[in-house]
Amino acid sequence: MDLLKLFSLLFTDYTVRNVALGSAIVGAVSGTIGSFALLRKQSLMGDAMSHAALPGIALVFIITGLKTPVALFLGAFGAAWLGAILIIVITRYTRVKEDSSLGIVLAVFFGFGLVLLSWIQRNRGANQAGLDKFLFGRAAAIVEADVIVMAVIATITIILVALFWKEFKLLAFDVDFAASLGFPVRVLDVLLTTLIVMGIVVGLQVVGVVLMAALIVAPAAAARQWTDRLSTMVVISAGFGAFSGAVGALLSSLARGLSTGPIIVLTASAIAIFSLFFAPNRGLIWDWLRQRSNRNRLAQDRVMEALYIMASNHGDPTHPHGLENLAAVLPHYNVKATLEKLGERGLVSMRGKYWSLTDQGVQIVEELQNDTHAAGEGSMLEGKAST
Amino acid sequence: MSNAFWIQLVGAIVAIACALPGVFLVLRRSAMISDAISHTVLFGIVVGFLVLDVDPTSPILILTAALSGLLTVWLIELLQNTKRLNSDAAIGLVFPILFSIAVILINTQIRNAHVDEDAVLLGHLIFAPVNRLVLLGINLPEGVWVMGGILLINLTFLVLFYKELKITTFDPGLAAALGISPALVHYSLMGMVSVTAVGAFDHVGAILVVALMVAPPATAYLLTNKLERMLVLSALFGAASAVAGYWVSNIFSVNVAGAMASMTGVFFILVLVFAPERGLLAQRLETAERRKRFAVEMLVVHLMAHEGQPDELEESSISHLSEQLRWQPEFAQQVVRRANRGNYINRQNGHLELTDNGRQLAQDAMRR
Repeated sequence: MDLLKLFSLLFTDYTVRNVALGSAIVGAVSGTIGSFALLRKQSLMGDAMSHAALPGIALVFIITGLKTPVALFLGAFGAAWLGAILIIVITRYTRVKEDSSLGIVLAVFFGFGLVLLSWIQRNRGANQAGLDKFLFGRAAAIVEADVIVMAVIATITIILVALFWKEFKLLAFDVDFAASLGFPVRVLDVLLTTLIVMGIVVGLQVVGVVLMAALIVAPAAAARQWTDRLSTMVVISAGFGAFSGAVGALLSSLARGLSTGPIIVLTASAIAIFSLFFAPNRGLIWDWLRQRSNRNRLAQDRVMEALYIMASNHGDPTHPHGLENLAAVLPHYNVKATLEKLGERGLVSMRGKYWSLTDQGVQIVEELQNDTHAAGEGSMLEGKAST
Repeated sequence: MSNAFWIQLVGAIVAIACALPGVFLVLRRSAMISDAISHTVLFGIVVGFLVLDVDPTSPILILTAALSGLLTVWLIELLQNTKRLNSDAAIGLVFPILFSIAVILINTQIRNAHVDEDAVLLGHLIFAPVNRLVLLGINLPEGVWVMGGILLINLTFLVLFYKELKITTFDPGLAAALGISPALVHYSLMGMVSVTAVGAFDHVGAILVVALMVAPPATAYLLTNKLERMLVLSALFGAASAVAGYWVSNIFSVNVAGAMASMTGVFFILVLVFAPERGLLAQRLETAERRKRFAVEMLVVHLMAHEGQPDELEESSISHLSEQLRWQPEFAQQVVRRANRGNYINRQNGHLELTDNGRQLAQDAMRR
């Protein structure tokens, strides 16, 4: 199927449109709140919260018998919120660290959810069908009613983030400073956590319990690579999230078995990994290139220096020496390749099997030595080469 | 032996096998690694199944699954070492990728009911007594053999490398100085976690693996400062959760693995609230106790300061105390009663008088 046809599905195919739109909204919300979670080192909160939502869904069904998106959302939200507060309480008031409290809440809530689901299955029979869809996401089953719920929640989230922008920003970067300015840090902490929970519970319905962690982490981690400004980061992250949601939904409509949740997650992760390597400034690839060129530079300086010192023993700075002699003095460098590069720069020349500095090379070494002496450091080679 | 017995036995063995490496995960603050590994086990099984083209029940898949656990740990560290992501973001990025690939591979390549993601999350402990394996002429449920073997491996590892594990956990710097490689110990521990998770997930599901690796050690952590005691307590809490979980599931006819996970939470909460020293209740009582003790000291110091002064009568009246020391009248009454009981003061028609005992306490308090 070609791309154009794929895109035309967005407008002609009712199901694909709803799924793509819903996924995009969810991606945008996750990207927004994920930025805060990432900066607050709470990335795995998403994982714990999505698991903690399960008993809420089951309880709402047991109590009200309802399976509507709004009812399930409220149930999931209640349970996940309780889990989040528990994590904060356990971490603050006991010696148990955050990673353990996350793990406990995640596993125990989810386990209790399984207990409730199995109880429903036994006592309410086939009625429970649909509830377990929550476990693995039901992106393909998104209908217009879901999209509306998602859009409403997304709007609320974005309005709240905008309203409390300054407070959340302080909270994300320097909690102690925020407290010293007189901000009610604990209230804000709970508010921000509530927002994160809200985003997670919406996303949960699309990608499922296990993969929700990725939707919180991946777009935010990707966005972090491109900017040092929070506002820019949040916008980019929301964009990446929305893009992943829409593209993932479209791609998964291509073939049977390409589940929407995993494809969305892989799309978002691919963006994150690309950003990790190739983003300007923070991209890893630039680090490597810089390191390599530094290494080359250093090797060239050392080889020229060695040539100079060895030659000086003969009273002539351009006196030639064999490759083996140089290699013996500089065991940790690739002398041959370095000499060839220096030759290209016209700083050394080769006669037969012997290499010597050119006049230009001599000049550069002397400048180099003046620099290091001025900086108060002796040449690392002085002792070695003259013995 | 009855089914009930075997299910409880397998559950308890799994619980103890999980608790041992779990203690070190909790102490090293990497509890969530257990979550990552227990999910990427699926990746190892699926890839092993597709690449090696073996039977879905082949024991070779245990090996590929354990290797994918180590792959997960390695990838997480690789990301962390770039200094672009902190550890929890690295975990949150890595395991969903592998899990997603596994789910897509299952849905597109495998039409086999033996490997599916539901089983990974939920396990099927209920079948534990049915699948049997005869080894050395002894007919036991497969779960007892497999998990018993893994428990034995974990115990052996623990006994052989106890010192190394302990030192690298509490003082990595000292470990390095002693020539113990923290990386080697770390990967061995992660190998232990992987093998345990692989063996356990088939019986109890990924989520119960996380519950059993994190909750019982955290519970034990609230009770003791000694590593040996923490290991024993974790194993006990784990086994108790498994047995209690079985009976809850039996009585209410609900999911076994879920009930066991819930019980680990119940034990945690109970200890959290009622633990002798670090429990929330004990802490609260301790705070209240300290507040009252301090108030009594304040009272005797106040009385001594005004002893023999012209305003002594006025300053030592009970009604005056709440104003003077800004105490609620009720609290003032409590403090006076307590001081009286401790024989620090005497009541003399509405006034308070220090005893020798009380004077001594006041002097001690001032000197401090």
